[in-house]
Amino acid sequence: MAGITNSIVYILLFISLYFEVFILLTYLELRPIIKYEDEKALEKAKYYPTVTIMVPCWNEESTISKTLHSLLNLDYPADKLEIMAIDDGSTDNTWEVLQKFSSYKQITLVHKENGGKHTALNFGLSQSKSELIGCLDADSYVDKDALKHIVQYFEDKQTMAVTPSVKIYQPKNILQMIQSVEYGWGIFIRKVLAYLGALYVTPGPFSIFRREVFEKIGSYRHAHNTEDLEIALRMQAHHMKIANAHNARVYTVAPDTLKKLYRQRLRWTFGFIKNVIDYKFIFFRKQYGNLGIFILPMASVSIISGIYLIGMTFFNAGQSMMHSIERFITVGFSPHLPSFSFDIFSINTEFIALAGSIAFIGTFLMVLVSRRMSEGKLSFGMDLVYFLTLYTFIAPLWLTKAVFNAIFSVKTTWR
Amino acid sequence: MEHNHINWKKYILSFIITCAIFATVLYTSNYFSERRLAEVKTIQDKIAIDILSSETQFALLESSSCKFVGSSTLSSELSSLEEKLNITEKDRGANDAEIQSIKRYYSLLQIKDYLLMKKISEKCKTAPVSIVYFYSNTGDCPDCEKEGYVLTRIREEYPEVRVYAFDYNLDLSALKTLISINKIENKLPALMINENVYYGFQDVENLEKNIPELKALKALHIASSTTATSTKKR
Repeated sequence: MAGITNSIVYILLFISLYFEVFILLTYLELRPIIKYEDEKALEKAKYYPTVTIMVPCWNEESTISKTLHSLLNLDYPADKLEIMAIDDGSTDNTWEVLQKFSSYKQITLVHKENGGKHTALNFGLSQSKSELIGCLDADSYVDKDALKHIVQYFEDKQTMAVTPSVKIYQPKNILQMIQSVEYGWGIFIRKVLAYLGALYVTPGPFSIFRREVFEKIGSYRHAHNTEDLEIALRMQAHHMKIANAHNARVYTVAPDTLKKLYRQRLRWTFGFIKNVIDYKFIFFRKQYGNLGIFILPMASVSIISGIYLIGMTFFNAGQSMMHSIERFITVGFSPHLPSFSFDIFSINTEFIALAGSIAFIGTFLMVLVSRRMSEGKLSFGMDLVYFLTLYTFIAPLWLTKAVFNAIFSVKTTWR
Repeated sequence: MEHNHINWKKYILSFIITCAIFATVLYTSNYFSERRLAEVKTIQDKIAIDILSSETQFALLESSSCKFVGSSTLSSELSSLEEKLNITEKDRGANDAEIQSIKRYYSLLQIKDYLLMKKISEKCKTAPVSIVYFYSNTGDCPDCEKEGYVLTRIREEYPEVRVYAFDYNLDLSALKTLISINKIENKLPALMINENVYYGFQDVENLEKNIPELKALKALHIASSTTATSTKKR
């Protein structure tokens, strides 16, 4: 039994390490391109296409004003930018708050019966005539230059959608600080995945599409409450290129309690599993490039390995704690201080411990690189400490539940 | 951009690098494992020399006074070796041939040390305290782990006490003889203290009750620590 457990751990460690090496090698290849894109971002755009930004809202009275103001402040020709706020049957004062914006020429206000986010987006799609269409969640705010940077990526005629860099808006508590590091990691990995042609999410906050995307592959679907993941997978299935504008920054309000975070992540992970099952034909097919042969299988394995490796760690820690408790019950506290002699017997040099440490160093390295990319500098703050210590404890909560829900077909909800 | 392009060379290069990291980790892990084994063997050799030296010293002094023979004659490395052997056993697995061989040798050394100690105490009329402990780690002795904690505590409290721990199931004829001479039954954990055999779990209080010498040692410790404290105060 121990032999099988060890073999599984060896294989999972090898896969994790392989993924880390592959991603870091890709990043080394990508660095000159990032530099070139940063320089290009300083230039003026050659052409400003017409853009519609849809803001679907359902009970967003507290954040919607700030979201719309951030869109109004965008550095983009006003006659080329349409903002469509779609109230999806809110039961709070969202519609009343929206009325304050009725005098703005750029903003169109729409009220419809509640039908879910994808219906609000599809309604917007049916109304828009712009060349580019995007969405901004009503709890997110854009940087002044974000759209300008994104539009530059559409100079490449092959590019069908562009995703931004999503950051956490003013992280305050520990949970939000953890998410801030995690989102920074997301900025890095999204850039690498875009380079590999393997982006499988076009995030709700400010991903922009060519209108022909929807004309060719159809509108948004319910997609297990993760329509932003499904549309990206559908685009990949149709060989449509999705780019990433790392310098286009969008800020989103992070869940501030464990319960809210748990529900959000449960929805994401469950949505990922269900959509991946729907698009399983992409797996191991060369025609879908790196996404098919590596990234999607890896992302799927990471859920299982996350649960398994963290489960094993907890199991071992639990066993060791049980032994300590048994020792305490048997002989009480030792009045003698343990002697710390630093010889080769005091360090754990077992293969799994050493390989696990290397994999951890790899993760740490990637987190540092992602921080440099998202913050523009290398900084060590408490958020990094919280992330590296606490994330392992909270992530299994939704990973396990999402797998359970996916197996037993329990549906997730938005809130 | 390499949209939908697969760079197989990078996949192979990543594989080679990952294999190289794994090989390095494997090599390092093996290197340390070997180093530990070598250290265990070195300590074992030192104990063997210690015992041989004690036996020789004892033989030389057989006809003379006991004042040259004390508990310091016996090797002081036995308990530290046991601890290190346990770590190495955990690292390499209990079924490792090297570990099995070292355990057999270690058990032999313990038996020799035990016999020598008995000889010294008989000749010199001293009463060094020893506990001979029989355990099993094949899963048939649920209390053995707890007994191990108790004996570790006894060792910490009374460094003068010599604890000899034997794996009851170890394939070693000398050990089997020791078991049969003393009629130790397979009801583990079993403790042999001053020729008396106790079966089942014994806690610290029980042991202190069964070994009157421990009380004397405790009183000695208290007296010496009081003297040390009052000397410091002055």
